[in-house]
Formats: sequence, C-alpha cells, structure tokens
Amino acid sequence: MSRKLSIWLIWLTLCAGLAGLLGYEMLAKPEKPSFLIGPTTHGHYQIELSCDTCHTDPFGGKELLHDACMGCHEQELKDAHDSHPRKKFTDPRNVDRLEKINATNCVSCHGEHKQHQTFAMGVTLPEDFCYECHQEVAKDRPSHEGMGFDTCASAGCHNFHDNRALYEDFLLANQSGPMVKAMAQVLARSGTQDIKRKEPLSLAQADADAAHEIVEGWSLSGHAEAGVNCTDCHSTTGVWQDDPGVASCSSCHENEESGFLAGKHGMRLKAGLGKMSPALARLPFKADADQSGLDCASCHDAHQPDLKVAAVESCQSCHDDDHSRNYADSPHASLWQKELADELPAGSGVTCATCHMPREAHKAFGKVTVRVEHNQNMNLRPNEKMVRSVCMDCHSLAFSLDALADQTLIMNNFNGKPGSHIPSIDMAVARDREKKDR
Amino acid sequence: MLKKSIICAALVATPLILTGCQDEPKAVGIKPELYTDSLFAVMKADRTNYTKLIIKRLGPAGANAIAPKEHWQDLENGAPLPAQMFRAGAEAVAEMTDDFTYSLQSLWPINSQNAPRTEMEKQGLEYIAANPGKNFYGEEKLGDTTYFTAVYPDVAVATPCVTCHNEHKDSPRTDFKIGEVMGGVVIRVPLGG
Repeated sequence: MSRKLSIWLIWLTLCAGLAGLLGYEMLAKPEKPSFLIGPTTHGHYQIELSCDTCHTDPFGGKELLHDACMGCHEQELKDAHDSHPRKKFTDPRNVDRLEKINATNCVSCHGEHKQHQTFAMGVTLPEDFCYECHQEVAKDRPSHEGMGFDTCASAGCHNFHDNRALYEDFLLANQSGPMVKAMAQVLARSGTQDIKRKEPLSLAQADADAAHEIVEGWSLSGHAEAGVNCTDCHSTTGVWQDDPGVASCSSCHENEESGFLAGKHGMRLKAGLGKMSPALARLPFKADADQSGLDCASCHDAHQPDLKVAAVESCQSCHDDDHSRNYADSPHASLWQKELADELPAGSGVTCATCHMPREAHKAFGKVTVRVEHNQNMNLRPNEKMVRSVCMDCHSLAFSLDALADQTLIMNNFNGKPGSHIPSIDMAVARDREKKDR
Repeated sequence: MLKKSIICAALVATPLILTGCQDEPKAVGIKPELYTDSLFAVMKADRTNYTKLIIKRLGPAGANAIAPKEHWQDLENGAPLPAQMFRAGAEAVAEMTDDFTYSLQSLWPINSQNAPRTEMEKQGLEYIAANPGKNFYGEEKLGDTTYFTAVYPDVAVATPCVTCHNEHKDSPRTDFKIGEVMGGVVIRVPLGG
C-alpha cells in the first residue's frame, strides 16, 4: 500500500470516527456539549446541553425558537399582564418599528449563546432600546426630560414585561404606608384542601417493612394522617421503588410538581437531563452540599415532612452566596426565630421560602386554596416581580421599591435601610396633583 | 319590428346561456369596502352588546356586581371597559389570523400609542372627525405590502365615555360631548397575494 493511500485511509477513518462520535452525541445522547456554541444566560444554563429543548426542530428560525420560549414562559407572561405581548406588535402599522426591533419574537431581544453582549434580564439589545418606540415620552411626561433611555428598566421604574407593581395608578393607590405594616403577616396555609384524603393510618398499618425510625417518622407525618401508606408512594408503578422520585409525589402534589419542574431546581429534570445539583450550578454552594440531585425529597423528607425545615434549613444546606449567608443575622430571620419560639403568631416570620417560594391564594368556584409557588422564577427576576406577591404583605410599596433597588441591602439580606430612593411614586403623585390643579 | 326584437333578445340571452353552461362558476370576489364594512358591523354590534348587556346591566348603573375599571385586572370583580374589551378582541384576532387587523385609534388618545402612526391613519381619522357619519377608505403601502385601509367613526354614545375621556389625566382633550367623534376604528386588509 502506497504511503499516500495509507494517509488517505487514516484520514477517512479519523473522519468517520469523529462523525460517528458527533452523530452519536447528536442523535442518541440527551446532553450535547460538543454542539454548545457558547454559554447561555442565568435562566437557561441548567438546560443548555439539551439543544432540542429550545431548538425543537432542525429546520426553523426565530419563529420556532419563539414557540419554544412560549412553551415555558407563556403562562408567566400572562400572569404578569405582559406590557409588551407579541400581539401588540403584529398590526402592520408597526412595520417600521419592527424593522428596527422585531418585538414579535422573544429571541430578537433575548438572544442566547451571546454572553459577551448579554445585559440584565438576558437582554441582548443595547440597553437604551426603549428609545425606538418611546423617544417622545418627555412630551407627555416632562419629568422624564433628559433621562437616559438606558435607565428606563434599570432604575427601578419600568420593566418591559411585568409592570404590575410599577404602573402609575398602582403607585398612586399605594403612595403611602409605613415601612413595616402593623399586621405584617404572610398568608395562612389553607392546608392541602385540593388533595384527596383517606382515613388516617397508624404505625401498625404501614404496608412495608422498613427501618423503625423511617416508619415511626412516617406514622407521625402528614402523609400517615392523610392515609398515604408506604406503597402509595413507593409502588405507584406496581413495582417497589426505593427512590420513587418526583412522579410519585405528583400523583397528589400536581401543582407543586409543575412549579418545581418549571423552576431552577427542576428544569433539568423536565428537559430530560437528570437532576440538578449544586455542582452543576453557577451560584456559590457549600462544599459539603448534597450532590445527589434535587427532587422533592431533597427539601421535604417524605417520611418526616416538616415545612419549617423546608422553609430555611433545606435552602441553607446548599446555598452559600452572600444573601443566603447573611440571612441568619437578618431582621427577617429574627422574626422567624420568634415565630418558632411562639413569641409571634404564625405567619410573622420571614423564611427563604416566604420570599422565593411564597404562598399564593388561588380562588376557584368560590373556594380559596393557598399554595406554595415552587417555581422561584415567578418571583425572582426582575426583582420588582416580588413587590406585590411578597414584599407588600408586610412593607409599603415605597420601601419595597427602594429596598429592591439597593444591591448592597439585598446582599446583606435587608439588614438596614435602603441607601437610595426610587422617585417613581413622587413623580406619579406630583403629576397627579398637577393634572388635578389644571 | 318583431324580427328586431327577436335578434336583440337572442343577442342578450346568448352570453347569459353560455355563461350558465360553463362547468366552473365565475369567481366573484368581495369588494374590500363590503368586507371591512361587514367586519365593522360585527365589531360594533359586539361592542354595543358588551356595553349594554354586561357593563350597563351588571356595572354601577345596574346590579353593581362588576367594576368596569381601567385597571380591571387588579380587582376581583373588575371588568374591562368597552374600549379595552374592543382592543382585547383586536389582539385576540391578531393571534388567530393576519388576514385582517383592526385597532381603535384617536387623534386625542389617552394612550399616545393609540395615536395615528401612518399618514393614512391620520388622514382617515381627520376625515371622519370632519365628516360625521361618513367612513374613510384608502390604500397604503406598509413595508412590502399594500393594504386596503378603512376608518370608521367611533362616536361618544354614553355619558361615561365622555366623562372618562374628559377627566382622565392622560387625555389630551377634555371637551368631548355626546354624539361627537372621539376616535376611529381602523381596519386593514392586505391586498393581492
């Protein structure tokens, strides 16, 4: 065999091998690191190796990506009374605007894999993009004269999508109020009203042979009280499973499961990538944090479910950023300790979950059910999302806006007072007075 | 005379008979004006019905069971104002089809985004304001597409409409009277293609 032929054969073999490896990764493996063209944003990095979660079809452009975005974010945007939904831009009268910014597609503003040009909220447009449509705002709002268009969304005044706590009439309606309300309490739990309950079970009725401390813990738990036996969780498929996983819990806790899977803790599972773990995250986590992967039981010990543990200790066992570390010395934690010691009524304490997985009232057919929102994205970024669902349970709107705009205060877990003031309420009040006087 | 009449009748009847004998009926399009007039009739009927059958009957002037408010979503018993309901319809249609679009606009809008944006919108709104009872029709090219654009007057028919617009702090005009044109419904249909 000639030398030239040998080189050709080696080259072809290497090419075929490489193609085989890449093809195998592309077609057969859930994670495709070789095809990642760049890091994704804080919202998507957990699932960035699952290409087809967003690129649902190899043949398709922005429209397809937009549909994938809406597949996860549509309800969140509806709940936020989205100020700029796609349907506001599709009228041909906006064609000149769309030539500048095609606001009918999520990815026109939120491009992924472009870390070098990604700003807050995963926006990949220049930060003064509001100018394109609102350049004449000072005509109607002289108070806005001279304000930079890069400050619209960064000064605690406006958001592109969620303005539920920021619109003018809301500012006016909530212009006054004490820093801390006299009856500062979060919603009371309504119990698991929407879950079918059976007759309570005792220790002797456990239908599996397990370690005594496990069965004893179960017998004292809400699960035993609700008539949920060992096999109800461990044998949902008809075969005993030591680690039944999220699917087993969802047979009763459907809403909690869907929130978990939509949030940062469960989105990898939803994408078919296996469980999220501290080692896979970008935030700082404790060196000894459990790396076995997150599911319901990571925070809620199924045999001794204690919501008090899930509200703080479970979070603190992993999270190790400044905000989390400073919680123990915060006024919020102090209230929680007093609640635990029965020095304050239930609902007075503020836990990690109070703010990041808040209790929310859901009314249907005249019945109110309070559920915990397990999708922390619903109350995370931009942080003004928390104002109405969380902060205003206890604080005035003005204090909430000021506090959420103060990064130092956030980092020290609200140990002190806001160092700056957001003037939006003052501006709304002044304008209202001026209009009434005219 | 009879012969002439027979020939004339034959000349008139022949094309009619021949047309009737064709396998395929001749395609007959609908005039854009008739199309937009029809759409407007449905829109106007729905809006009137919402105002009379829901807002008037169940709102503060009736059973007081619902609160028609601008920020209705913040109230448990909140209901969209008729103009907001109309816009919600336009947005819902925009999610279903791009065969036509419609919007509620005004030369004196409470929300400046509802002021005319194209030259034809401005022309149409000015025409219907200056010519009460008349509609405006025209063609305009936006992007690569030519549209048939119709503008229909939106007349103040109820006291709450006038009061709200005159008293709203964002309203650029505060002297509306019952019966006046407050704005217009712009319906746009792409032509050709």
